[in-house]
Amino acid sequence: MKHLLAIEDLDRADVERIMARAASFAEVGRRDIKKVPTLRGRTIVSLFFEASTRTSSSFELAAKRLSADVVSIKAAGSSVDKGESLKDTIATLSAYAPEAIVIRHPFAGAAKLVTAWTSAAVVNAGDGKHEHPSQALLDAYTLLDRLGSLEGKRIWIVGDVLHSRVARSCALCFRMMGAAVTLCGPPTLIPRGAPEALGTEIAYDLDGLGEADVVYALRMQRERMNESFVPSIREYAARYQIDSRRLGPRQLLMHPGPVNRGVELSPAVIDGPASLITAQVESGLVVRMAILYEILAGGEPRGSGGRRADAELPAPTPIGEPA
Amino acid sequence: MPQRRAISSLDWRGSDGEPERDLILRGARVLDPREGVDATHDVVVRGGEIAELAGVGEGDAERAEVVDADGLSVFPAFFDPHVHLRVPGREDEEDLETGSRAAAAGGFCGIVAMANTEPPVDSAADVAALRDRAREQATVPTGFVACATRGMRGEELTEMAEIADAGAVGFSDDGLPIRSARVLRRALQYQRLVGLPIALHEEDPELSAGGSMHEGAVSAALGIAGVPSISEATMIARDAAVAAFEDALIHVQHLSAAESVAAVELAKASGVRISCEATPHHLTLTEEEVRSLDARFKVNPPLRAETDRQALIRAIRSGTIDCIATDHAPHSSDEKEVPFEQAAMGMIGLETAFSVLYTDLVLPGVLDLATVVERLGAGAEAFGFTAARIAPGAEANLALVDTEAEWEPGADGWESRSENSCFSGRRLRGRVLMTVAAGRVAYRQRSFAMGVAQ
Repeated sequence: MKHLLAIEDLDRADVERIMARAASFAEVGRRDIKKVPTLRGRTIVSLFFEASTRTSSSFELAAKRLSADVVSIKAAGSSVDKGESLKDTIATLSAYAPEAIVIRHPFAGAAKLVTAWTSAAVVNAGDGKHEHPSQALLDAYTLLDRLGSLEGKRIWIVGDVLHSRVARSCALCFRMMGAAVTLCGPPTLIPRGAPEALGTEIAYDLDGLGEADVVYALRMQRERMNESFVPSIREYAARYQIDSRRLGPRQLLMHPGPVNRGVELSPAVIDGPASLITAQVESGLVVRMAILYEILAGGEPRGSGGRRADAELPAPTPIGEPA
Repeated sequence: MPQRRAISSLDWRGSDGEPERDLILRGARVLDPREGVDATHDVVVRGGEIAELAGVGEGDAERAEVVDADGLSVFPAFFDPHVHLRVPGREDEEDLETGSRAAAAGGFCGIVAMANTEPPVDSAADVAALRDRAREQATVPTGFVACATRGMRGEELTEMAEIADAGAVGFSDDGLPIRSARVLRRALQYQRLVGLPIALHEEDPELSAGGSMHEGAVSAALGIAGVPSISEATMIARDAAVAAFEDALIHVQHLSAAESVAAVELAKASGVRISCEATPHHLTLTEEEVRSLDARFKVNPPLRAETDRQALIRAIRSGTIDCIATDHAPHSSDEKEVPFEQAAMGMIGLETAFSVLYTDLVLPGVLDLATVVERLGAGAEAFGFTAARIAPGAEANLALVDTEAEWEPGADGWESRSENSCFSGRRLRGRVLMTVAAGRVAYRQRSFAMGVAQ
């Protein structure tokens, strides 16, 4: 795999390879020294044109655990503020010959576009409302860790599907791994054509939620109220909030964060036993290590004409232990 | 509306005072659906007019340039009622010279330039200045519309009567809809005074706001805000109702959706004086192209669903769609080499229009060649001009086409100053070899021109 741009580009074997790699990194994470030398001497640029806490910190830490050098750039305060185009920004950063560029951008297709302007591998850390593939992979990892398999499982994704790149990537990823996905939310926030586009069921209320093995709640942004998508946050919460009354004892709860407490989730369920929210964050680190490993060191053999071959790279070995 | 005028009454560089040689296109298949002609002839052009359709080898060759057109086709040249020449303001993207050359290279003998320039064309002085410039620079007869509202703001009418006197061919706020039904109604009332058509870009901005592509399965997959079909159809229905009430003449630009076809059909059936156009890209491409997130495919109105495309094709067959227009919209690479949602809308189309329609619709048997040729010329009528025809005594407006030729658009560069074509890299069939506009040779395809030098 040269880049990670969208779940849509992956097949099940790709996902399973990343899952297996992430599991091996989880083992490393339990040791005293959590760093491996795999990407020593290599540069990874993290370029965020949108606010992010967990994704940017998680990619940065993942790169550091793999011993890569990391350059983190936030759009605010950079030359992007001075009107530099994306193309020129990438050209400038490419002069440092990074091995990978991790990019988040407010518009769909930005990561893909960047691949044309750099020889670095590109990781999409969120492009507009399109996809957020590393989030979907870490969510799949979290669920596989808990359930063993997604085959035949029913997963409900609840909330503002229209504006959610997480919903799109997760729906595709969960389905690929054998789950049946239902998108649930107010009709104004379910995109026209979604069942056809994403292969999911649609529900406009939570009446059928009992069938779900996993309930994946999305972040509901307060500004949606001003755009007439919902009449009020109060009415939204009344109809769509996942609380302990609606969440059954055998159902697992997920959320990509950050949570609006008391809007999409009640405080009780956030901290309740069914909640995988903290596990998701933990998975984020090892899955992003696995993603960087996959595109820079692992996966299928590199074809000619690409970047330099990496066949000689060793499998991850903890620093301080015999190779 | 007044009598139809000749295409040559539009502004262009003209003859430079130098007499044109007679021209004989020898042994060409002559196809003019309007005249009911489809036969092999020598087409003889003398003094800028079609002198005769002679038997093969019978055209009098004395003092004439003779073009061996055996195996080639001659059509009435095309007329594009909807192009953007970017003058004034964005001459880095196109100007009257490059834009009219692109038109000639596509087989067009006349074009109408839109007024959404920087600043917009909204005064008699603006129109007069453009006409002056066209007389110096335009390779083919070029007409100019002016904005219907001042500054294209949709609030106050332009001085339509004075602008008409200055020689505008019509009015349009193309690029933007006339949002207010009240303003539209005033413009249509005032039309009685000026006698020129009003061309409408139909889009309800309340429904389309924020959208970058067709709203449907592909936009759902990409997470890009969509422009619903009904943003176009509801405005057509509204404007047709106002036009009916005021007995006005309207021309609907770039139809894209099945619902819009239905709205125009209904209006025509109830006697509204309405004409409409569709573009080659809406007739051949769909939302599926946008999956690539390639900004070349961003256009307004957006490429829609396959069912919409089929509805447009049916409407071409039935005559509901009166003409084909390219909406030729040059953009600099800076405006296209950005993420899809940030990119400018529009694509160039003059140089590829015929070839695209021929390759994707005529060759597979979807549309007759005669229908395509007829609709590519019919845009003249939307603005009150006589469509080109091939008949003795008619002004010579001819497109000489090799329907067998295969070519790759853009491979040898473009006549247009911009390169934002959706069709570059494609292999297309059918190529314009020569265009005669208002009696003069306006274009010769380079390799062909060398081959026939006499």
